[in-house]
This record gives sequence, structure tokens and C-alpha cells, in this order.
Amino acid sequence: MVNLGIKIHELDFKNPVLTASGTCGFGEEIADFIDLSLLGGIVVKGTTLKHREGNAYPRMAETPSGMLNAVGLQNKGVDNFITNIYPRIKDLDTHIVVNVNGSTIEDYVALTERLNELDKVPAIELNISCPNVKEGGMAFGISCPSAEAVVKAVRKVYSKTLIVKLSPNVTSIAEIAKAVEGQGADSVSLINTLLGMAVNAETRKPVLSTITGGLSGPAIKPIALRMVWQVYNAVKIPVIGMGGIMNASDAIEFMIAGASAIQVGTALFIDPTIPVKIIDGISEYMERHKIQSVNEIIGSLQC
Amino acid sequence: MKKTVIDFLLLENKQLNKDNFLLILQSPLPVSGIFPGQFINIEIKESTEIFLRRPFSILDVDYEKQTISLLVKILGRGSKKLTEARSGQKINGIFPLGKSFTLPEKTDNVILIGGGSGVAPMLFLAKIAGLEPTNVTILIGARSASDHVDISAYKSFGQFYFTTEDGSLGEKGYVTNHPVFAENLNHYTKIYTCGPDLMMKAIGRKAIEENIFCEVSLENMMACGFGVCLCCVEDTKAGHKCVCTDGPVFNVNDLKW
Repeated sequence: MVNLGIKIHELDFKNPVLTASGTCGFGEEIADFIDLSLLGGIVVKGTTLKHREGNAYPRMAETPSGMLNAVGLQNKGVDNFITNIYPRIKDLDTHIVVNVNGSTIEDYVALTERLNELDKVPAIELNISCPNVKEGGMAFGISCPSAEAVVKAVRKVYSKTLIVKLSPNVTSIAEIAKAVEGQGADSVSLINTLLGMAVNAETRKPVLSTITGGLSGPAIKPIALRMVWQVYNAVKIPVIGMGGIMNASDAIEFMIAGASAIQVGTALFIDPTIPVKIIDGISEYMERHKIQSVNEIIGSLQC
Repeated sequence: MKKTVIDFLLLENKQLNKDNFLLILQSPLPVSGIFPGQFINIEIKESTEIFLRRPFSILDVDYEKQTISLLVKILGRGSKKLTEARSGQKINGIFPLGKSFTLPEKTDNVILIGGGSGVAPMLFLAKIAGLEPTNVTILIGARSASDHVDISAYKSFGQFYFTTEDGSLGEKGYVTNHPVFAENLNHYTKIYTCGPDLMMKAIGRKAIEENIFCEVSLENMMACGFGVCLCCVEDTKAGHKCVCTDGPVFNVNDLKW
């Protein structure tokens, strides 16, 4: 038996495979397809202090080897999460991580304070990288001072594992990673989607209602891998890698580049059973390469 | 019925006319819990341009043989690729997805209106509604006679009427111009429709005006088909709803039509 267990800060995960925020709802939506307790963790849909309707339709454009989305953090707000959803998912035998969003630092802090009270939410993923909202979101994550300010404020009120989700839409993601590490982030996850655009040549109109949206899928994998490797070399805190992971080999590549854990996102839309296939594929790889602990893979890139 | 990701065996792929194909898929699992209006999300692959699955509404189900029939109309690169599949090939699908039409009561007198590939769930509904054929009116619209698909297998389930934009079959014009709709709507207790947005809107507005129960099946672009991507939303009176899980069938009174 191979050992798939990994650690992010003080939190033990049974394996390094998590589902990415915004791609598996609250987990329940994919429970028909897989046993959720097999997952390392579930990062639930981006949550805000108040209900958000999200952006107007159309919100999606298929692109070569990927897709653009412009959902805009549609969610029913933290009160609905705590009252209606949390009781249903809290006893799942996997880690529930809540993806936290805000338009202002005060929003992030108020939301985090609420989540800090939930026993069965051992970590939050602070989203300072959503490209699809007019205020806040990515605006916090594209400069060191604003990223530092929001992490510093949230760190004061959050005692558990604080993961910060980074935007790839920056000149140097390693600088942002160092900045949030300096303010007490326990881990960084990357990458969020890349800002992109699709045009309909026949109508000369943008495909998305918001004109621009976030690109995901295998189209962005080489960029994500490069950024994970750069950040791994720049910080001491564990890195959670994501961006176009479609199979076990992709996941292993991210771990070799420095990711302690990975998130599967867009691939779930095509195959909701994929996280389990990836977990099995990592085990198979380890057996084949006679690797006992998955930790031996992390950052094992041989240059 | 639990949603499943499954490999079907393509038993038959028959070209019905220029753009329409009939695909018959053999399921390894029972298909007893599938109802009209529900859909299947099919993996196409084979090209980097086709990244996501494609949703198709279900035309028919043979519960004994465990087969599902799909009416596939070539609309873009994904549907085109699927029509090139050969019998004996494996086709991966996620099913059954979405909510079905509300089945009519025994006492109902219904009109089913299909446009383009929207005819598929209308024929399926006519078949399993369990009504006397005299209480089922099926109105089908297309551009031209050559776009109409053969409905002979469904003929016994109701009275069929056709319209074409060029007048080559049935009445000339749109379905909303046909007398069974335009002059006689109060005759019906329930209206069901699936087809182009403009057609469904015209039908839906008339149903609201006349205060007749009306369900429509929407077709917004979706990435997942099972309620996680939140891309296929319709702006309803109760806010954004996912067409894939809250629909695709909606009561017209819930929409902002």
C-alpha cells in the first residue's frame, strides 16, 4: 500500500486530490457519481457575505482545449451556507474548504469570522483572484500591497488553515505569493483562471455578457505548471496546484513541479468521476515507481 | 434514477434527412427512470476544438431493450462529429439529466409543439403521456419539407399537423400561424413546447395571455449538465436558475417572458 497522505500547514489530508471551487458545487451535486469520502477535500463554491445573482447569460464559451466562464460568484451568501448547506455536508468524511470572496476587506473579514465558528470547516481558501466580478476579487490579488492588506486583515480573525488563491493575471506571481506568505498565509493555491475573451465573427459581438471571462482547462496547464514551479521556489509554505488537470499524469506533473496537493476543476464538467480516477492513477504511478509516500514526489523536479 | 457516467454502445446511426440523424444507444444499465424532457450529455472529443460534452434531449426509450434514441441535428462542430459515429462504437454519456415535463392527467387535452430538433421530446411525451390519441395534438414546424423527420412510428399517439416556412409541407408559415394554435388554443388544457427560443416565446406569451398551463424546454449553453458550473442560467422570476438541473423544462409563468 502506498501512502497518499499529505499535510497543508497543520491539516492532514488523506490524499492530495481536492475538487476546485466553482466546479463541484457543495459536493452534493456530484455525490451520484462518486463517493465523496474518497476525496482529499472539497473546496466549495465561492461564497460571499450576501447573496449574489452573478453575471447575465451567456456566461460560458468553449475554446480550444478549454473554456471561458463569467459566472461572477453566483451564490446564496454565507447565511444560507451555514444554515442550509453546512449541516448537510459537515459530516462527510473529507475536508470541507470554503472559498471566500469579498468586494471590500471588511466583507472578507466579516465572512471569515462567520466561517471561523464552523467546527467542520478546517480551512478557507481566500479568493483574491476572481476575474469575473466588478469590485474586489482579482483587484486584491494583482498587487502586493492590496494582497497583503486583505491577508493581514483576515489572518487576524482566522485561526485555522488559511489558503490564499492567487491570480495568474500578474507580472510576477512569485512576488504576490511571497507577499501573502509574509502576512501569515498557511498555503497558496494557484492558478485561478486567466483573463480571456471570445468573439463571434458573424455578429461581431463578444460571446460572454461580460466581454471578458476566465480561461480554464488544459489550454492553461503549461502556464499553471510554470507558475507552481516558480512559487514553489519562492515560498516556504505549501503550494496547492491547479490549472487544466485532466488526469493522474497531469496531477503528478504539478506535484513534481512543487505542489503539495492539487485541485481538479474544469475536468469535472466532462467527467465528474475524474477525481477518483486521479487518486487511483497516483497510487498506480507510485507503485510503478516504487514510491512509498506521495510526499517524495513533491518538488522532485530534476533540472 | 441516479445520474451516471456510462459507455453506451452505438447500435444504429441513421441519416433521416440532410441535417438530422437518429442514433440508437444500447445502455448496459436499466433505463426505466427516464422521462420526456430529460437529456443526456455526450462526450464527443476527437478534436481540441470540441472540449465539452454536448447535451441532447431524448427522443425515445425502449425500457425492455435498454436503448435510448436521440435525434441529432447538425448545429455545429460537436453535433457534426457525433453524426459521423459508426455503429459498434462506444459513446460516453452522462444521464439522465434535468427535470422532465409534467405528465398530463387522463382528462387533459394537450397540444405538443416542436420546432427543429425540439420535436424529439414532444414525440417521446406523446408516446408515454397515456392519453387517448384524440386528446393529443402534435404540431411540428420546420423550414422546409426536407427538414421534417419521419414521424410514422408515433402516428398512433395523436393527431399530427405540420407547418413549413416555404409551404412545402402542411401550412405555410410558423407553428403559431397554424389554425390548431392560432384559432383553437382554448381547446387545450396543457401546452408543451420545445424548439427555437423565438418560437417558444411566442407560444409562451400566448399561453400566459390565455391562462393555459404551458411548459417549455430551454436549451441554454452549458458546460457540465449537472448543476455545478452555473453557466446555463436562465433569468427567471426567482433569479438565475440552472437550465440543466432546475430545468430544462420550465413552467412559462416562472420565466420573465
